[in-house]
Amino acid sequence: MKLIHFLGDTAVMSGRVIRHSTRSIDTIITVIAMPIMVMLLFVYIFGGAMNTGDVSYINYILPGILLFCIASGVAYSSLRINNDLTKGVFERFHSMPIAKASILGGHVVASLVFNVVSLLAIFLVAFGMGFRPQADVLGWVLAIVILLLSILAFTWIAVTFGLLAKSYEGAGVFSYILLLLLFVSSAFAPTDSMPAVIRVFAEYQPMTPLIESIRSLLLGGSADKTTLAAVLWCLAILGIFCASAMRVYKRRMK
Amino acid sequence: MKSNDWAIEVIGLKKSYKNVEVLRGVNFTVQKGSTFALLGSNGAGKTTMIKILATLLQPDSGSAKINGDDVTKQPEHIRKEISLTGQSVTADYILTGRENLRMMAKLRHLPDPDKQAEELLRRFDLLDAADRRISTYSGGMCRRLDLAMSLLGNPSVIFLDEPTTGLDPQARIAMWDMIKDLARSGVTVFLTTQYLEEADHLADQIAILHEGHIVATGSPAELKNRLPRGHIELRFDNESTLNQARELFKEFNATADSNNLTLSVITDGSTRQMLRLLTKAAEADIEIAEFAQKLPTLEDVFLAIVTSKKEGSK
Repeated sequence: MKLIHFLGDTAVMSGRVIRHSTRSIDTIITVIAMPIMVMLLFVYIFGGAMNTGDVSYINYILPGILLFCIASGVAYSSLRINNDLTKGVFERFHSMPIAKASILGGHVVASLVFNVVSLLAIFLVAFGMGFRPQADVLGWVLAIVILLLSILAFTWIAVTFGLLAKSYEGAGVFSYILLLLLFVSSAFAPTDSMPAVIRVFAEYQPMTPLIESIRSLLLGGSADKTTLAAVLWCLAILGIFCASAMRVYKRRMK
Repeated sequence: MKSNDWAIEVIGLKKSYKNVEVLRGVNFTVQKGSTFALLGSNGAGKTTMIKILATLLQPDSGSAKINGDDVTKQPEHIRKEISLTGQSVTADYILTGRENLRMMAKLRHLPDPDKQAEELLRRFDLLDAADRRISTYSGGMCRRLDLAMSLLGNPSVIFLDEPTTGLDPQARIAMWDMIKDLARSGVTVFLTTQYLEEADHLADQIAILHEGHIVATGSPAELKNRLPRGHIELRFDNESTLNQARELFKEFNATADSNNLTLSVITDGSTRQMLRLLTKAAEADIEIAEFAQKLPTLEDVFLAIVTSKKEGSK
């Protein structure tokens, strides 16, 4: 009975947040249209000047664009959670006979659903622009697992910052850090052209294994050390930020 | 009265945040089906009190019971019996009125959310606006919807945290009427307010919370009997008349404000005394430009009660 309540409540909660996203033109432009614009820009404007070896530039940057989309998408989770917290929405929910876990759970599920839809839109446009993956079934499954884990990991970062932020304006700032990490990685250009210090940083920060594993899997590579590194990074981020989000939540609801 | 007649029973309740003692041993009871107002200025601890009763906060010590259930021991049970409407509107601005109500009905696990929503929209006169987003509603309509949302599932105790703060006078009166309707339907209403007038208008019982203590309780009439009657404010055209008047009304404890050219005169509120005052002014040929009777404010009430307590303890 408890489980049924929890699932039912989570469905209602996530339905609420998904409606917030689909009814906000701002969200759709930032999360879906922006990454597509960036992809068009990079491929057709800068792409010609990029040296990515045998790999076509669209094949090269798609994983980076996908993560770009996730990093901007989770910022909205952060904003909405902050809004619910400061406006007293969470308090009202707490005074009701609702499964407590469904309150943040709804935001997380909504983020997962909305990001998956956004990623599908980007895949579609990328196919139109000449993206040609060579992955087998296992490769696709692994790439999708890493993408889903990335969404979850980034979402929990967003949950933590949304709960921590004093104001709505401050709640989304962390996503600029995610975007910055993305630019200082192998997302848009190979790291070997970067100055030594930056290159070392780029190679050891989490975005690089995420991008390289997805890229390699989609282009027909098999699972290797990088795939493992990507999964481990995701699980570590997930663990740390899940725990910190719970702690902050308990503190802020006092 | 037996303890199961109380909708709310609070005994020796204490709560501190870090080093600040917000509630320092609060006691009161609320009879089932009555309307109870917790009156206090900003920061008096009203919201903390309501949060503890609505199972959001744990008290440090003392006990609080809703319909006989302890808030710390049976919160799940209490949550089915109560509803909380906070200081700000918690309805979703991006959803329509109907969607907001349906969502709340689903979260309360009620059968037929559509029908529940429809009934409340009708009752709160929101049917015409039902399918518009809340962002297009007026402040009063939002509060109405918020109140409608809190009635889903027929709670027996309704908490309203400053239900009219920020509303224009017209919307405030509409809100008062709705709260009175609620009270007539038999539910227990617990509201907090900063306005003596509001508590007077709505509540069967008032408790005044000041610096973490209940400093006075009683029906509006009982409390008013303990209050000063207020004062009279006289305004003059120039400072020399003001000074003349101040001399004349010395015996009335007059205090002058030379910036606004006004004189405050304490009276017992009787017409006889007012007549004496005005006659005196007329006999001395003092022209009064404006005459106003000032009712006691919440501050006056606190001052009166707190001073009388201090005097009593001497």
